[in-house]
Amino acid sequence: MVPISAYLIVGVALFAIGTVGVLISRNLIVLLMSVELMLNSANLCLIAFSRSQNIMDGHAFVFLVLTIAAAEAAVGLAMVITLYRNRETINIDRFNLLKW
Amino acid sequence: MDFQLPPYDLKMMLPEIFLFLWALVVFTFDLLTNRKKETAIGYLTLVGILITGVLLAFTGYGRGFGNMFFNDPMARFFKIIFLGAAFMAVGSSFGILKQRIRNHRGEYFGLILLSTVGMMFLASSQELLSLYIGLELTTIPLFVLAAFYKDDKLSVEAGIKYFIVGAFSSALLLYGISFLYGMSGTTDIVQMKINLAITHLTFTNIGMTLVIAVVTMLAGIGYKLGLPPFHQWVPDVYEGSPTPVAAFLSIGSKAAGLVAFAKIFVNGLSAFHGPEMLPNDWGQLVALMAILAMVLGNTVAIWQTNIKRMLGYSSIAQAGYIMIGMVTMNVYGLSSVAFYMFAYMFANMGAFAIVTVFEDKTGSTQIASYRGLSKSAPGLSLTLAIFLLSLAGIPPLAGFLAKYYVFAAAVEKANSADSASWLYWLVGVGLITTVFSLYYYANIIKQMYFSREDSPYKIPVSAPAMMVIAICLIGVILFGVWPEPILQFAGDIPASFGFIAR
Repeated sequence: MVPISAYLIVGVALFAIGTVGVLISRNLIVLLMSVELMLNSANLCLIAFSRSQNIMDGHAFVFLVLTIAAAEAAVGLAMVITLYRNRETINIDRFNLLKW
Repeated sequence: MDFQLPPYDLKMMLPEIFLFLWALVVFTFDLLTNRKKETAIGYLTLVGILITGVLLAFTGYGRGFGNMFFNDPMARFFKIIFLGAAFMAVGSSFGILKQRIRNHRGEYFGLILLSTVGMMFLASSQELLSLYIGLELTTIPLFVLAAFYKDDKLSVEAGIKYFIVGAFSSALLLYGISFLYGMSGTTDIVQMKINLAITHLTFTNIGMTLVIAVVTMLAGIGYKLGLPPFHQWVPDVYEGSPTPVAAFLSIGSKAAGLVAFAKIFVNGLSAFHGPEMLPNDWGQLVALMAILAMVLGNTVAIWQTNIKRMLGYSSIAQAGYIMIGMVTMNVYGLSSVAFYMFAYMFANMGAFAIVTVFEDKTGSTQIASYRGLSKSAPGLSLTLAIFLLSLAGIPPLAGFLAKYYVFAAAVEKANSADSASWLYWLVGVGLITTVFSLYYYANIIKQMYFSREDSPYKIPVSAPAMMVIAICLIGVILFGVWPEPILQFAGDIPASFGFIAR
């Protein structure tokens, strides 16, 4: 049996990749993907904890998180399209009308 | 297999269910009338919120759906705040109905209602799963609302900034929740409190995991509340988004974040608070964030030239004052937070309502364009001055009492134990920065009253906006001189968190 720490290490790695992606990527689509990666790392942790302790709450949690991630992605992509119509770019360095 | 559903009680959920259905009614009404009815849909939304308020009054305390849905005093108190914020945001958006959101009125009001439903579920949840879903149902409609002027570059930019920050923070929060779940083996907050304490006493090495959970969850909720160092989105989003939406964000979204914070930290992690828990202590981290919020919010606001942006920085500072009440883990702490939020709702919604009315007429949100307004619109200037003075905390307005109770709670705690004497520092910073805050609030009053120029603007106020401003004015003055009923109500809150008066 794979020990729980293995799952958690993969989870931490995914989370770190996602966080770094959000912080350094300049492209909105990549940024959205990084956020999804972070949510999935949390899902992995939830499933691992749930399986290792034999409680089913975590499984239910993961399904609802997947739904929420889908809703968030839908809103996010719609917003990216609106933004592209207005500004003709999705590079986040260009969105600097609002500052200070 | 003998399988039994846990006892459920739909009656407890009646206000939420009604409001959700009413949001659908608002959507369909707009489509069925071919998007022609301009003000009818706004009044329809207002009526829905009022009926929900009445239903809330008739829904008693209790629990339903196993332990997933609680109607405790805290839930009811904050539901009143959410409904009030939604009511006033809807009431002050009648001005933008005609021009700016011409083709999407149903969606606009429907999304405000759906977001309110999310906040109400959040306030009633006693459990990490429903808490997370409530928080998401609150914020996802708000992303759309912030970007609601589709052709306005500023609004769309505000929307995308809010979206990135919101999605990132909810991912952080979820990661923290997953660790909390892993350590305690349950999603029920009260059970979690017990399990965590037992685990902590048996194994002393849960420290590191708990630190990860606490830090990621603090970052996640800190983003929602706009606490430094996670505050950069607040002024941008307030400036760019439609003004009523900014008002709704500043009260509704902030109160939702506060409820989430209270449930996870003040209730669930209450054992891990105070200097004796040092590596696992969240109290001093939050205190540090509160100090940063008060100093940064109040000083940067001084240089703002845009009134919405200034109110954004002011809301960062107010979040700092509220967090003083949160880290005060005693009977007075939570009730002072609730009262603060209640008083802040009237003052802030009122100020934003006047800014909305002014923007509808003049199209400007610059502070300079308020010059000489007292001559052309004396009533409006006077009410705006009253709201700003309440935000600054001048007696006899409600904002003064709110600040007083928060500081008094902290001083009481600091007096009671030596280990809590660091709270004196918090109160000291709070008192000094309150003086700073007077500068930028009074600056607007100065522009309105003591400017030699005459304002060219005559500001017409529509009936719903007038009603909103009147409600806020009454609230700010009435609860400044007669706070007892609210205080009594707010005084019931700490008992459901296990704080009992000595």
